[in-house]
Amino acid sequence: MEFIAQHPVLVVSLVKIVVLLFVALTTLAYLTWFERKVVAHIQSRWGPYYVGAHGLLQPLADGVKFLFKEDLTPPQADKFLYVLAPFLALSLALTTLALIPFGPATIYVLGHPTQLVIANIDLGVLFLFAITSIGVYGVALAGWSSNSKYPLLGGLRSSAQMISYEVSITLSVVGVLLLAGSLDFNEIIEHQRGYFHYLPFIPRWHVVPQIVGFLCYITAAIAETNRVPFDLPEAETELVAGFHTEYSSFKFAMFFMAEYANMITVSCLATILFFGGWLSPFPDSWTFLQFLPGALLLLTGLYTAYDTARQTRGMARLQLGFVTLLAFGIGALCLLPGVRPVIQGPFWFLTKVLAFLFFYVWTRGTLPRFRYDQLMSFGWKLLLPVSLLNLLATSAWFLYGWVKHG
Amino acid sequence: MNIPILLFFIFALLAVAGALLLILAREPIHSAVALILVMVALAALYLLLGAPFIAAVQIIVYAGAIMVLFVFVIMLLNAGVEERTNWSKVAKYAGLPLGLFLLLYLGHWLARSFVGGTVANGSGALATAQSTRELSFLLFQKYMFPFEATSILILIAILGALVLAKREP
Repeated sequence: MEFIAQHPVLVVSLVKIVVLLFVALTTLAYLTWFERKVVAHIQSRWGPYYVGAHGLLQPLADGVKFLFKEDLTPPQADKFLYVLAPFLALSLALTTLALIPFGPATIYVLGHPTQLVIANIDLGVLFLFAITSIGVYGVALAGWSSNSKYPLLGGLRSSAQMISYEVSITLSVVGVLLLAGSLDFNEIIEHQRGYFHYLPFIPRWHVVPQIVGFLCYITAAIAETNRVPFDLPEAETELVAGFHTEYSSFKFAMFFMAEYANMITVSCLATILFFGGWLSPFPDSWTFLQFLPGALLLLTGLYTAYDTARQTRGMARLQLGFVTLLAFGIGALCLLPGVRPVIQGPFWFLTKVLAFLFFYVWTRGTLPRFRYDQLMSFGWKLLLPVSLLNLLATSAWFLYGWVKHG
Repeated sequence: MNIPILLFFIFALLAVAGALLLILAREPIHSAVALILVMVALAALYLLLGAPFIAAVQIIVYAGAIMVLFVFVIMLLNAGVEERTNWSKVAKYAGLPLGLFLLLYLGHWLARSFVGGTVANGSGALATAQSTRELSFLLFQKYMFPFEATSILILIAILGALVLAKREP
C-alpha cells in the first residue's frame, strides 16, 4: 500500500489502461460487425442477420466460437515462435493505442488530474512508428514457424511489403512534422487550430497544405495494415489464407484482432496528423455544438426505439431495447453540464476516426487486389518518389520563407 | 527500491539473456529473434539514460528495418539448423582466458565509473524534446560533412550491390 501511495501515477495509468483496453476490444469486436454489414450492403446483401437483431450479437458468437474451437499446432511447427507470433502481433498493435491522445481535457481519476492519453511523451510520432515497425515480426514469424508453404510465402510477401511501404509512410508524415515543428501529438494538433487567412471557413488542418502527403500516407497505411487492395500476404486465391493458414481457434482470432487494432491506430494517426485530431471543424463561438454528441445519441435512441417496436421476435426486441436504453442513458449523460466540455474532444476525434474506418471498409468493398509485382513497383516507383518530392517541396517552402514557422 | 533501478536491471538482464541466446541458439531464426530482443532491451536502456530520440531510432532502424531484412533473408533462403564443430584448440586455450580477462577488465572499469550510478538513481532520465533539437543541430551543422559522407557511402554500397546482382553471367 505504501508503494502505491508513493506512486499514484502507476495506479492512474493502470485505471486508464484497463478502461482503454475494454473500450478498444469492444470496438474491435464491433468493427468486424461494422465491416461485414457495410461490405454486405455495398454488395447488395444483408450481412450478419440471425444472431441478435441486425446481427448485433454476431461478434459475441464469433468470440465464443473461436474460444471453444480446437487449437491445433502443426507437428512440424516451431512451437515457441508459433505461439509467440500472435501474441506479438496483438500486443504490439494494442500498445500503439497508448500513445494516442483522445482529447485535450484534463480529467480526474482518483483525485489526480490526468490527460486523456496513457503515455504523454514528446516524441509520440517516433515511438508510434517504432512500435509499428516491429509489428511486422508477428506476421513474418507466424509465416516461418508454421513450417508450411503457403504461410511462408505469405510471411515473405508481408515482410517485403511492409519494409517497402514503411519508407513511404514515414516520408509522407515528415511534411506534417515540418509544418508543426514538433514530434509531440498535442503540439501537432494545437498547430492546426484556427482557420486559414484567405479562406476563413476552412480549418487550418494539415490536410490542405499537405494533400499530397496525405494521399501518400493513406495509401501506404492501407498497405501497412495488409488490407485490400494490398492484402497480398493473405491473398486467398493464391495462398489459401497466407501467413495464418495453419492457425486456428483463438490464435487466429488474435491475428484478426491485431489487424483491426492496426486499422484503428492508423486511422487515429491520420486524424491527428492531417485532420486536426480532437479539434472541432466549427468555430469555438458556436457553443451550441456542445449539445451535439448528446443530441445525436438521443436521436439514435429514438430511431432504435422505433426499430424495437417494429421487431417481431421477442429476443430482438429485448436486445434493441437494451441498445435504446444505452443510447438514451449515455446521451443524457453527455448533456450534463459537467460532462459536456470534457467529451467535446473525444467526440470529434472519434467521429473522424470512424470516418476513416468507414473509408477503409469502403475501399475493401470497392477495389480489386493488386498483383504482387504491381504492388512493389507502385510502392517503389510511384509512392516513394512522390512522397520524397512532397518532402522536398515542403522543405523548400520553409527555406525560402513562403510560410512562417509555428 | 525505486523504479528506474528495477527497470534498469530488468532490461539489462534481458539484453544479456538475449545476447547469450543469440550465440547459443542453433536455429538461425532463433538467433535473429534473440538479437531483436537485445536491440529492444538496449533501446529501453537508452530511454532510462534520458535519450528518448536515440531509443526510438534504435528500435526503428535496428529492430524495425535491419532485423526485418535478416529475418527476411533467413526465411527466403530457408536456412537450416547450424552445424556445430568441437571446440577448436585456439578457442579453448587462448579464447577462454582472454574472454575472462576482458570481462574482469570491463567489470573493473564499470565499478569505478559514475555512469551506472546516474542511471540507477534515475537522475539520468530527463526525457525532453530539447535533446532531439540539440542532436539535430549537431548532426546538420557541426558534423554535417561526416553525416553526409556516411549517407553517400551507404548509397555507394547499395549501388555496388545492385551492380553485382544485375551483372550478366
